[in-house]
Parts: sequence; C-alpha cells; structure tokens
Amino acid sequence: MSDTLAVKMRREFSNFKFNPGNMAILLFLSLFTFIQIYPLIYLFLFSLKSNNEIFLGNVMGLPETWLWKNYSRVLANSDLPLYLLNSIIVTSATILLVILLGSSAAYAIQRMRWKLSKATLVIFLLGIMVPYHAALLPLFVILRNLKILDSYAALIIPYVAFGLPAAIFIFTGFFKSVPYELEESACLDGCSIYKTFYYIILPMVKPAIATIAIFTYRSAWNELMFAVSFISKKAFKTIPIGLMSLNGRFVTDWGAIGAALFMASLPSLLIYLFLSQRVQDSVRAGAVKG
Amino acid sequence: MDKVLGDKKAISVFVLPAFLVYAAIVIIPLFISAYYSTFEWDGIGEKIAIGLENYRILFFEDRHFIKSIGNSLTLTILTLLIQLPLAIILALILANGIKGEGFYRTVLFIPVMLSAVVIGHLFRRIYEPNFGLINVFLNSIGLGKLAKPWLGNMNTALYAATAPIIWQWIGYHMLLLYAAAKSVPQELREAAKLDGANGIQRAFKIVLPLMTPVIKICVIMLIIGSLREFDMIFTMTGGGPAHASEMPSTLMISTLFSRYQYGYGSSMAVFIVIECLLLTLIIQKVFKTSDVTY
Repeated sequence: MSDTLAVKMRREFSNFKFNPGNMAILLFLSLFTFIQIYPLIYLFLFSLKSNNEIFLGNVMGLPETWLWKNYSRVLANSDLPLYLLNSIIVTSATILLVILLGSSAAYAIQRMRWKLSKATLVIFLLGIMVPYHAALLPLFVILRNLKILDSYAALIIPYVAFGLPAAIFIFTGFFKSVPYELEESACLDGCSIYKTFYYIILPMVKPAIATIAIFTYRSAWNELMFAVSFISKKAFKTIPIGLMSLNGRFVTDWGAIGAALFMASLPSLLIYLFLSQRVQDSVRAGAVKG
Repeated sequence: MDKVLGDKKAISVFVLPAFLVYAAIVIIPLFISAYYSTFEWDGIGEKIAIGLENYRILFFEDRHFIKSIGNSLTLTILTLLIQLPLAIILALILANGIKGEGFYRTVLFIPVMLSAVVIGHLFRRIYEPNFGLINVFLNSIGLGKLAKPWLGNMNTALYAATAPIIWQWIGYHMLLLYAAAKSVPQELREAAKLDGANGIQRAFKIVLPLMTPVIKICVIMLIIGSLREFDMIFTMTGGGPAHASEMPSTLMISTLFSRYQYGYGSSMAVFIVIECLLLTLIIQKVFKTSDVTY
C-alpha cells in the first residue's frame, strides 16, 4: 500500500548524509521545491490575516494573530458549503458511473467474444482526443431542449461520457492480466456471467478502480468549461464556478478569499496527503494521449 | 465457457449503456458542431446556411481570433522552452537516485492536484498591484519602479497569465519523465559508469535518449494543452485586457454565450479540434524519424 507523506519523509531523510559534491544539484532542487510550494504557503498565511495587517505591510510574514475566524466567517456567510456539497455530489456520481459503465464495457470488450469488440475499443479510445470544446455548444443546445440546464445531470452526464475513454483504456489493460481460469471455474459452478463479473472479476482489478477513481475525481472536481456554460443557478454551482462568485463577493477581503480557496483545495490536498503514491500512479496511467 | 463469453445479450448489457452515453455526448456532438459551423445562427431564430463563410471570416477578417491563435502559440512555445526542459532536468536529477528523491517528487507534484481556478485566483492575488506578493517584494528590494498591474497591463498580461500555467504543470511532466528515466535498466548506467562517463554524461547520453517515447507524449500533451488552454486564462484575465491574453477557447466562450453567435463560435470549436489533431500527427511524424533503440 502507499505510504502517507509523513511516513515517506521520515524514511527518505532518516539516512541523509551531507555530500558536498551534490551541493549545486541540491541547491537547484531546493530552490525549485520552494518555488513550487511557496505560493501555497503564501495562500495559507494570508487566509489567516486581516486586511489591515496586509495593508500595513505584512504581506509575506506570519500572521500576527492567526485569524481562524476567516474560515468560519466564509463558511457561515457565503455559499461555499453549498458549492462544496454540489461538487461532492457531482464528483461522486461521476466516479461511480464511470467505474460502473467503464468496467462493464471494458470487460465485454476485453474478455467476451464478439466480432466488433476491437472496433468498439478503437471508437472509445478515439474519445481521448476529443476536447470538451468540440461538444460544448451541441450539448448546451441538447440540455436546453431537454430543459435540464441548471441541474446535476447537466454536469454528471457529460463528465461521465468524457471520462469513459480513459477508464476503458485503463480497465482493458487490467482485465488482460486476469487469468481465464477464474471465469472457467465460476462458469462450471453455474455462476451467471453477471455474477462472475461483479463478484469475481471486478474485485480482481481494485487497483484499476482506485486509479480511475482518482483520475476521474481530478477532472470532475476541477472542471470549469462545462460548469460555467451549463450552470447559472447558484443551487447547482460547483466549486470552480462558485469560486468565481466568491471572488467577486470577497474581492476586497483577502482573508476570506484565501480561506475559501484553501477550503476548496482541502479535499484534493487530503487525498494527496494520504494516497500520494496512488495519485502519482493514476496520473501515469492516465497519460495516454498520443 | 464459449457460450457464456459469447452471450450476445450479456455483451449488450455490458457495452450498450457506456456506448450510448459516449456516442451521444462525445461523438455525435462533434459532427453537430461541424454542422452548426456552416450557419449563421443566434441560437433562437432561424439558422441561415452560409457554407464556409464563418471560416473565411475566422481566418481573414477576425483580428481577435488571429490574435488569440498567436497568443496560444506563444503559450505553447513558452511551455516547450521553459516547462519541458525544467521537467526533464528535475526528472533526471531525481531518477539518478538523490537523497530525498520521493520527498521532492511528491512535493513538486502538489500544484497539479489543485484546480486551475484556485491557482488562477491565487495568482491574481500574487499579481495584485498594491498588496500582491510580487509588487510588495519588488518594492522591498528597491525595484519599486518595476512594479506594475501585471494582469491589467497590455504588455504583460499574457506572460503573467502564462507563468502559473507553466508553474502548475511542471510537476506533472516531471512525474511522467521521472518514471521513464527510472525504467532505464540499471546495467546501462553501470556500464557507462565503468566506461568513465560522469553523472551528467550518463544522464544526457544514456538516459535521455531512452526517454524519447515519453518526451513525445509530454510534447503532445503540452502542445494540445496550450492550444486548448481555458481554465487559467478565463479565471485570471478572461482574455483581457482588450484581448491581450485572449485564447481561442476564451474567445469561443464569449462568442457563444455573450455574443450569441452560435454558428461562428462553432467554427472556432472545429478549428481547435482540427488544429490539435494536426499538430498531434505532425509531432508523431517528427518523433518517428528520431526514434532511438539500443
């Protein structure tokens, strides 16, 4: 299983020896690590400051008093909790459906015997190349005609459809390595194909499920273009568009916008903190373009 | 067994739901977009068929669109010149087995986890003219006269908005390239070491050539990502000021949903799809002629 960040840090540095030959490289790495992480520290620090403190010149330093109430203020006085809830609903539904539809389609394509299985796979994989832009307006028109703009479905259905190609790509790869004996013995025991798939095959590819869940999480949680085009009612706004409204509302309130940005990122940061290796694996598995 | 695995009904139950959703949402709209692009249409009234007129306007009359293509190419070149080399160098250093390898890799990747919208808003604060990090820092080291409203200035907006895009994705490419570098067989490095190659020679002469297939993937993703760029620019500048940081994507969104030119906006969408496809094919060709194997 993957280690948490803390465990990993301890292990990596426990036998650290000073090596002057590597100084230049270490310096470069440290500088870079600092550049990559400092903006986030800066965000966290200003999320705990008052405007006064920032305007009086404490832009980079630690807060004089740590204003945790910036966080409670945003949670109590803004729609951030609603946006978070919407994002959680849309993202979890998307992940569930992508895994359900993607795994069963990939199973039939990879394991079952029919003439068009190869062609079907190719058609699915072509989808990896299609950008959201291409479908944006037709989808908007379809959703408008169905009167389901401003609904969870308006986001979930497109996210699922665009998530399927990568999921099927990853699942077929994993199904390839599952031994056929499993199905044979299940078949001899009189298990139906549906039960065989659900109870025997699917549990064999848990790593694929985790990989796809993380991959799909990242794209659904962060998606902006469809959200900004299909959702205008507050009740269905997800985090990315919700932050736009919050930024307008708190434009002169540094602490509040900092707190909102930090809270919006917290789920992603927590997932990464506990599953960093899994997340990195999922990114590698998902890099299938080209 | 064969009968079970060839069960037509089961195959339909497994494949059809995914296929129908996928076909209806991803594939068919692609063709509808192409169809819409031959009309003048405000989304409500009659569609007027005008053939390829939208494309003629797009390429020969629309200054803003030409400008947006130029901007997206600038972004592409900057990511290729800055992001990719940095990612390669970081990957080579980390894959060479430095102390704290896993720690650096894990930390460098953190920005990739955040949404571009969060990073865009964060950098708006960093660039904020009066109390933002950059101008305050410039003032504090006596370079106050360099301070400017980075995102509000016609000359700097595009570059200022490009910086966080490059910043965010370095870790992503570093990770892919790191995996490629790691997969180079240890014997090859050892052999080169015995032949007297130093660390830098080993990295550039042995490891780097074997990373070519992954570098190709990174180049394709970088180019496609830059040409399609939307999230960060939309969040930071919305394409402004006065189209200074406009991208084809941001222009497409405003054409569709602010100006209600559905046909014309569709021709932009079609252009973006074809542009990305063509460049992917070209990159594939370029790398094909330079494939390295040992």
